[in-house]
Amino acid sequence: MDLSQKGDGGALLWDQSHLQHDAISTKTYGFWLYMLGDIMIFASLFAAYIVLSYPVNTAGGPTPGDVMHPVMAFWNTLLICTSALSYGYAMVALKTGHRRGVLAGLAGAGLLGLGFLAVEGLDLASLIQHGATAERSGFLSAFFTLVMAHGVHMVFGLIWIAVMAVQVERDGFTETVVYRLLNLKIFWFFQAFIWISIFSFVYLTGVM
Amino acid sequence: MFVHLQGPWNPLTGRLAWSDIPYRNAIVDGAFAFVVIGALVILTWITRKRLWGYLWREWITTVDHKKIGVMYTLLGLVMLFRGFVDAVMMRTQQVLAVGPHSPGFLGALHGYLTPYHFGQIYSAHGTLMILFAITPILQGLMNAIVPLQVGARDMAFPYLNALGFWLTAAGASLLMLALFVGDFSHAGWIGLIPLTELPYSPGVGVDYWMWAVQIGGVGTTLASINIIATIVKMRAPGMTWGRLPIFSWTALSTSVVGISAFPVLAAALALLGLDRYFGTHFFTAGMGGNLMLYTNFFWIWGHPEVYFVVLPAFGIISEVVPTFSEKPLFGYATMAAASVAIAGFSWMVWLHHFFTMGAGPGVNAFFGIASMLVGIPTGVKVFNWTFTLYKGRIRFESPMMWAVSAFALLLVGGLTGMMLAFPAIDFTVHNSVFLVAHFHSMLLLIGFAALGGISYWFPKIFGFRLNETLGRRAFAFFAGGTFMVFVPMYMLGFMGMTRRLDYIAHPQWLPLLIAEEVGIGLYVVSVYYVAKQFYVSIRDRARSRFAGDVWGTSRSLEWLTYSPVPFYNYAVLPHVNSRDEWAWRRSHGVASRRPDHYEDIHLPRNSAVPVILGALATILGFGLTWRIWWMTDAAFAGIVMAVIVRAFVRNTSWTLTAEEVERLEQGFEDVPPTQTPADHALGGAVVLETADNPP
Repeated sequence: MDLSQKGDGGALLWDQSHLQHDAISTKTYGFWLYMLGDIMIFASLFAAYIVLSYPVNTAGGPTPGDVMHPVMAFWNTLLICTSALSYGYAMVALKTGHRRGVLAGLAGAGLLGLGFLAVEGLDLASLIQHGATAERSGFLSAFFTLVMAHGVHMVFGLIWIAVMAVQVERDGFTETVVYRLLNLKIFWFFQAFIWISIFSFVYLTGVM
Repeated sequence: MFVHLQGPWNPLTGRLAWSDIPYRNAIVDGAFAFVVIGALVILTWITRKRLWGYLWREWITTVDHKKIGVMYTLLGLVMLFRGFVDAVMMRTQQVLAVGPHSPGFLGALHGYLTPYHFGQIYSAHGTLMILFAITPILQGLMNAIVPLQVGARDMAFPYLNALGFWLTAAGASLLMLALFVGDFSHAGWIGLIPLTELPYSPGVGVDYWMWAVQIGGVGTTLASINIIATIVKMRAPGMTWGRLPIFSWTALSTSVVGISAFPVLAAALALLGLDRYFGTHFFTAGMGGNLMLYTNFFWIWGHPEVYFVVLPAFGIISEVVPTFSEKPLFGYATMAAASVAIAGFSWMVWLHHFFTMGAGPGVNAFFGIASMLVGIPTGVKVFNWTFTLYKGRIRFESPMMWAVSAFALLLVGGLTGMMLAFPAIDFTVHNSVFLVAHFHSMLLLIGFAALGGISYWFPKIFGFRLNETLGRRAFAFFAGGTFMVFVPMYMLGFMGMTRRLDYIAHPQWLPLLIAEEVGIGLYVVSVYYVAKQFYVSIRDRARSRFAGDVWGTSRSLEWLTYSPVPFYNYAVLPHVNSRDEWAWRRSHGVASRRPDHYEDIHLPRNSAVPVILGALATILGFGLTWRIWWMTDAAFAGIVMAVIVRAFVRNTSWTLTAEEVERLEQGFEDVPPTQTPADHALGGAVVLETADNPP
């Protein structure tokens, strides 16, 4: 090293290590930050639900006990947790670089996610058929919005799973594909976590 | 499923009809002519100079954080001008419409603005100034400076950075459209509930406001994510937390606030949107809705938003004051801690915006005390700046003038804020112009700091400095205007004048209103000098070029790069040895910008996707506002498609070889610094550290 570049006490002035920032860790960190923002959206929706679930907010319409079907929600809980488990298996396969395993895990997660949306759709459709629509009262507005905000996240998650399946098939495990799979894992597990919160704080407390 | 609307609607143009273009209003006509002629002049000039290709390649599709920062700042300055014109209109209306015998013009009973038009103007003024003027200017400065300060080649996510900018620009475009196509919201920038609900505001004004803020807010959230990731993950070797420049500390704190607060606004506006479009009952009066839920949500975002804009301003002051005192910043650790503390407090005080809600003494006492606690970290900052000035070699160049005035103004705004933090006092002056004067003191301190920051870092980014004489004149008139407008406003607040008045029933207030009008006149002169300063400086740039450190005494890492900064920032990442790295290198005689070796640099490729997404978001917002469903469906599908297509683009980066870097670097002049910092000054030994003695 050129001595003229050495400062006081031989301080190093320019990086000699050819530092490359860890791209995957930066991307997943950034995605965690995005999830923090998403958590704040759900926190607001949960707060709105709790504020709007007093008897006065039902405006004489259906009460929480009338609209909550905890058994349906329980099946949904099983479906979404199994879907997350399937995604977990995809991640195990990713560690060993097993492309088939990753694709199978993604497919399982996607199908179980679709099943979740189907059950939820049936549940909400039956409510609407019975006149318990989001326009009926403040309470039902908050209930539908919270559940459907989660559902919309699930839809985007499914689109993302499909895109990742194509990318795994096309590109294999490049840096880009790996960080996206990791981010999708965060996103997908987060949806399961949100659903468990909805199940506990909306469905179970609703029928109690 | 959709609510039943009163008035005409058709599938092709939604609610939009020719009659919605308000060509009968002389004021809007004038503004329209001004904007159209201005746009035509600029577009013609670009075409004649054959700059379209250059603009597209170098600016519109860029992912370079410095250029995005410049575009953010430019957008903010343009919006600042429009918000300022709104202010002039409001002040003029209030000075004309005093007493029952005041004349009326242009169809107004008193003054020249009808109440509905006046309502739109104060709503637009607030929305513009806070969200589309101050926020983009500060975002721009953070964008341009933070990666340089932490020793990175770009932001952590350059593509996301461009997307954040174009979404902010999309929100601003919707606001400009609202001026000429249809109405804007008349419900205040905070969206007074239930006035924003469909039965009370059946027009499109609230929708414009809602979607402009929503889309702009998404952009700001993305920008916050980016800045946090950049500071946490992209710091150069040796840039420990104890060496991070204070501006970067404030950028970090402010972005934590941004990322946690803006989603709450997004949720609040989305729920309001559901009320207006689907007929839900979140915030309606009756049917189980809860009005105060909206107000709580809004201020759970709104108060952190205030600190979101004030923290970078504090950071700018903390960079400018040491540079022009020729001393290290006093109390670095407490300054960093105070920034984080202010960010934390921002979450505990929202209810002080509506003490009169009637939450009871316990709740009001909690929020009153929490609001007063904010004074502690803020006071720490003021004392630290003061001690930095103490026994320093102070030079009053224009950035320093802006900075010192900013913290003088902080005293005024802060102390009146302490008064308002008492629920008992707040009940008395709630919704008076005393409150308006208080928060304008706070926001103007941000304005002062932002303008100071622009004049401080402009030479860093562009390699030539702004005209000093004109800058001083701009400052003098701006400061005079601030004094003349807001001192009478404080007095009027104590005399009982409430805010948002389009007609003044008390003629005895007229002298003070005239004083305010004189003040706004001073601002007009200041705006003229700011514009002239940019024009003259750019015209005469050949004479004010310099290659290195323009101020001679600047301290932090960004001054280690050349000016203008090369697109790769650092040929080799610097190894950071000390807190004020550039000052340290200068005082140890190693202030060469030439690295000892060269290496390959990986850089992100430009992309047209962010600007396309921004355009689609504008179309989406416009379609939603006018309920043109084919347009919203097409724009939304386009957005989803563009994101997916982008996900399949493979070569998103390129490599600049070491030889090429070396060749480019030879083109820069490595000017050794002429002045050394005053190491003998008080505090010098406290803050400077060497590599042997890390924090």
